[in-house]
Amino acid sequence: MTWTRRHLLTLEELSLAEIEQIHATAAAFKKILQRSVKKVPALRGKTIVNLFLEPSTRTRMAFDMAAKRLSADVIAFDAASSSTTKGETLRDTAQNIEALNADMIVIRHSAAGSPLYLSRILGIPVINAGDGAHEHPTQGLLDTFTMKEHLGSLKGRKVVILGDILFSRVARSNIYALTKMGAAVTLVGPSTLVPHGFTALGAKVSHDLKSALADADVVMLLRIQHERQGHRHFPSLGEYTSMFGLTKTRASWLSPEAIIMHPGPINRGVEIDSDLADGDRSVILEQVANGIAVRMAVLYLCAGYQPENVIASTE
Amino acid sequence: MPALWIRNARVVDPASRRDGVGDLFARDGRIVASLPAAERKRARLVDARGLVATPGLVDIHVHFREPGQTHKETIATGSRAAAAGGFTTVVCMPNTSPPADNAGTIQYILDAVRRDSLVKVLPTGCITIGMKGEALAPIGSLKRAGVVAITDDGDCVQSNEVMRRAIEYAKMFDLPVMDHCQDRSMTESAVMNEGVMSIRLGLRGWPNAAEDLIVSRNVILSSYTEAHIHMQHVSSALSVDILRQAKAKGVRVTAEASPHHIALTDASLSTYDTNFKMNPPLRTEDDRRALIEGLKDGTLDCIATDHAPHTDYEKDKEFDYAPNGIIGLETALPVVLGVLLRENRFSLSRVVDLMTRRPAQVLGLAAGTLAAGAPADVCIFDPKEAWTYDARAGFSKSANSPWSGCRLQGRVKTTIVDGRIVFPTPAS
Repeated sequence: MTWTRRHLLTLEELSLAEIEQIHATAAAFKKILQRSVKKVPALRGKTIVNLFLEPSTRTRMAFDMAAKRLSADVIAFDAASSSTTKGETLRDTAQNIEALNADMIVIRHSAAGSPLYLSRILGIPVINAGDGAHEHPTQGLLDTFTMKEHLGSLKGRKVVILGDILFSRVARSNIYALTKMGAAVTLVGPSTLVPHGFTALGAKVSHDLKSALADADVVMLLRIQHERQGHRHFPSLGEYTSMFGLTKTRASWLSPEAIIMHPGPINRGVEIDSDLADGDRSVILEQVANGIAVRMAVLYLCAGYQPENVIASTE
Repeated sequence: MPALWIRNARVVDPASRRDGVGDLFARDGRIVASLPAAERKRARLVDARGLVATPGLVDIHVHFREPGQTHKETIATGSRAAAAGGFTTVVCMPNTSPPADNAGTIQYILDAVRRDSLVKVLPTGCITIGMKGEALAPIGSLKRAGVVAITDDGDCVQSNEVMRRAIEYAKMFDLPVMDHCQDRSMTESAVMNEGVMSIRLGLRGWPNAAEDLIVSRNVILSSYTEAHIHMQHVSSALSVDILRQAKAKGVRVTAEASPHHIALTDASLSTYDTNFKMNPPLRTEDDRRALIEGLKDGTLDCIATDHAPHTDYEKDKEFDYAPNGIIGLETALPVVLGVLLRENRFSLSRVVDLMTRRPAQVLGLAAGTLAAGAPADVCIFDPKEAWTYDARAGFSKSANSPWSGCRLQGRVKTTIVDGRIVFPTPAS
């Protein structure tokens, strides 16, 4: 099968085959990253602009690293020192970036739908690095990639996503990827943050942590995004922790093989016990490491290359 | 001005229970039963064979943006859009810049109307100073200056006490109070209907309940004070039920529905197209069906467009940042014909009623009939003609329409105000 997409905007629109192509390409890049020379010349001479209009640590560094490992030139767009503070629109900013001859744009934006909007304006590939509460496709790809490394096929596996689902783009992208890969997704958290409407996306909704954790293969924790909520969705962080925080006691309800994931940034002692975050079951730092290979795969494919080329080079 | 003779039209005038092929006559700007033969010879003749002639359409909810936002629309351009859409009487909202919360601004608007308008533009004034929902605007002076209603459209009065006093006070002048029903505490940062689509798109939801609460509040206040409240652009199924019960009890409430709320749902938002962003937002298919049912049984009194122009550069933004609203005057008739007449089997007379007599009745306007003696305001349209609407080629100064590029059926051919043809636009 040939990879045909120029943009990566959502996982909702990807087919299972496309997700698998990205994973296979990422696996090949991961092998390359373990060599002494970690760099490949694939995107030499190409310029990638990281247009991050919302704060980001991991995603931004991982995209930066991925582009550099592919030998692309990377320009970081710093929202604070740019013309957006002078009232320039997203359209104008993006068109200027294209006029400067960028070959690809990676966008992080607080407004849902803005990557799709850009993809309709620009003639260059647009990669969504997180848009509002909509999607974070590369996160969903790296999370499922990490799960596959631990569990093999995800078919029939049970994944619990616990926390602030309503405002989470990570949850949405994971729901789409996981359901396509055959996993069963259960969303758990306070009823105000896990509305029943999520069942329309193919997930189960539960407010009973104990029964959800009992047969889970993966528990993925999400940060409580109190900056987005205006303090009305639950009484306090303390009450959240007492009801839904992953404590050592609650972690003991998990099967011994189950893994603990978190897209970061973690709030130690709020959604997760500090020791659990650093413990044996935690794959949180593996997720970060896999983020580079997955984003290399996405940049590489959307630049117009085929998975076979890189896979062959590592076999 | 020569007399006017409209020949062989299907004349549909619910107010005078007329529906049949015949002629219409006007002299000195008023409808007359007939013209003597000598006058007929000199009359301006409009051949309307195969066309429908109705009272000029009445829209009790438009934004003409003057004063202060004339980059979006002016009374001149808005009135041309109205004429092109078959509307001869429109009621403009007071959320101008500055807001129309004083007699001076109303006078300014009326001067501009006299100077620039092709159709009858009737102003509304604010309920509260600056539409802030706190101190009452000088409602008596506004009435004296010529407003036909008061409203804080777009900024629903949140305080029950302020609303109660406003309707009680306005009742003294027999002045209707129109309300955009939205409990703001429930819609902070909201940009679309709350439901499965808002979950899918990751956009902040505006729940029906926020409308239903204020509709209920208004029913209660109207019942308590016996003052008339008109609910603007009702969009929620439960609100229709609440109004149905209130009307059955004789509460003095009226309500309108917009063409877009009866034609479209939030399913249209999947591409984040800001030409589908408005307030209240497009809702679900169940809500849409309930609105149509409400129009059918009379719970909802009339159609009103909420014609809300915004420039390309204002609308061409991230969905969260684009302003609410779409233009509607030039598409209202074909869209409503499509939904009510063709898809839902309303009679033509019923559809015309919802766009002429009934909206005029809501505000007590002397419009919406072709009875002898009435102003000769007429809309002549071809109910069958299919055409492609191009918002950019339209008469409004703005082009923010979800129907641009769409095939529509039903097209206005001639619009007449006080016996004068205003569309096609007369050479100036």
